[in-house]
Amino acid sequence: MTTATIDPTTRTVPPFGGLNRTILRIEIKRMLRNRRTIFFTLVFPAGLFFAFGGTQGWDDSAGHGNVAAYIMVSMALYGAALTAASAGAMVAMERALGWSRQLRLTPLSPVVYISIKAVVALVMGALAVLVVNAAGLFQGKPDMPVGRWIACAVLAVLCTLVFAALGVFVGYLVPGENAMQILGPGLALMSFLGNVFIPIDDHTSLIWHIAQWTPMFGVAEITRAPLTGELPWYAVVNALGWLAVFVLGAAWRMSKDTARV
Amino acid sequence: MTQTQLSQIATGHTPVPAVSLSGVTKAFGAVHAVRGIDLELQQGEIVAFLGPNGAGKTTTIDMMLGLSRPTTGEVAVLGMEPRQAIARGLVSAVMQTGGLIKDLSVRETVEYTASLFADTKPVDEVLENAGITAIADRKVAKCSGGEQQRLRFAMALLPDPALLLLDEPTTGMDVEGRRTFWSAIRRDAEQGRTVLFATHYLEEADQYADRIVLISQGLIVADGTGSEIRALTSGRTVRATIPDADGATAESLAAIDGVDGVELRGDTVLLHARDSDAVARYLLTETDARDLEITSKGLEDAFLSLTGPSDTEGN
Repeated sequence: MTTATIDPTTRTVPPFGGLNRTILRIEIKRMLRNRRTIFFTLVFPAGLFFAFGGTQGWDDSAGHGNVAAYIMVSMALYGAALTAASAGAMVAMERALGWSRQLRLTPLSPVVYISIKAVVALVMGALAVLVVNAAGLFQGKPDMPVGRWIACAVLAVLCTLVFAALGVFVGYLVPGENAMQILGPGLALMSFLGNVFIPIDDHTSLIWHIAQWTPMFGVAEITRAPLTGELPWYAVVNALGWLAVFVLGAAWRMSKDTARV
Repeated sequence: MTQTQLSQIATGHTPVPAVSLSGVTKAFGAVHAVRGIDLELQQGEIVAFLGPNGAGKTTTIDMMLGLSRPTTGEVAVLGMEPRQAIARGLVSAVMQTGGLIKDLSVRETVEYTASLFADTKPVDEVLENAGITAIADRKVAKCSGGEQQRLRFAMALLPDPALLLLDEPTTGMDVEGRRTFWSAIRRDAEQGRTVLFATHYLEEADQYADRIVLISQGLIVADGTGSEIRALTSGRTVRATIPDADGATAESLAAIDGVDGVELRGDTVLLHARDSDAVARYLLTETDARDLEITSKGLEDAFLSLTGPSDTEGN
């Protein structure tokens, strides 16, 4: 019956847990083909900036720049957060399709899989930031020193990781395509509460006290710090706290998930 | 542990078994899906894993794939932990549904999978062998069920696996497709590839497998070649009416040589026997039996009798 046998020792394990350029290329190409992603990444945040960035009082001074710059940075952060969250939520979609199970039958390590998703989220977040900043340049109203402008953009990109983790977490909690239905309005609400869409000027008000505890607040303060020139300690605590919550939440759901698959 | 196993293989006089399960159980809370399985599959075997839904087939296969861990017992694939065998591209599986991303093209899906392994066959060659070169640039969402199944096979064969696990592989294939499929599987088995396929079609198992492992309620109830399994379950049913038949009658009938089981339904007696002639002779000469009927059990009956819920189970 058997005419040959296979010697398992001749087989090798791929380096880096399966990480390679081909996957990154295909994953990013895939995101750029998705119309919904393109809308949220490229069109929506830039549209919001054009809607809010030119309103009355845009040229008032704000820290080291003007109000238009402040709004531009806020919108860039919002766009990047939305994009990163939707990239994160794709993990759940792929689980629902059985793709995660399929990948478990390859050498790809689960940690590498999530790292790839994080890189894709960062790249897409960076694209969203780039587009809003380009919109700002095109409109011509935002004004701040070039170095601070670049610093704000870089911080916005880094802060998107918090929302990539949130996307993964929510994606695991809410099955399939419904994740974005929650993340979309959820992030908008967080942005209102977190001092991203509408500046909360009265620092004694109830809304301000609530705002300080919401997930957008910390990252927004950090992202705008080069412009405003101030960075309250509680904003940093807020950002790190929520990052920990989302990362641990995502890790917890994922470990549950792999135990069950 | 793996180190010693690997060095044993290196000195290897006997090839490692493709799969080795010993004392494997799996419980999900109070549900005991697998209740103690010992099984060894040799390289190059084509084995049918046969059993009704809920028998524990999928649970057992998931443990071979390292997707879940046994509650107790040991699972080794090619002498390694399943996860290590998978990392070396030694194990592949083809499921019936899912496992594909809809917005990738056929070629992208194969390229993506290929990039994850240390060594694979060339993507173009695999596409060609699977007969999907012509649809390589088509989105998976636009592929028919059959085309998606070919894609799944292409992905599974990329790393040239030593063990291939298939779930209902020929569902939806016509007779011709089925024959081509199995001759390809047979060719690969001759190169040493072990194929384990789950099915609930006894006929397919009988026709194409070297060996049939019959599982029911989390236990292996039969393990052998098709003809061995048939021999286990062959025999005939003798039905007769015996006035005033009671427990004593049943006992004396059960004592006849070649009788496997006796059922009493009022005056009607059902005897399951390997030697129906001897039973008939005894009934007609030694008892008041009349209205004798002798029927042979079909393969399906045999399957059902082996896998069905057993009334005599004591524990």
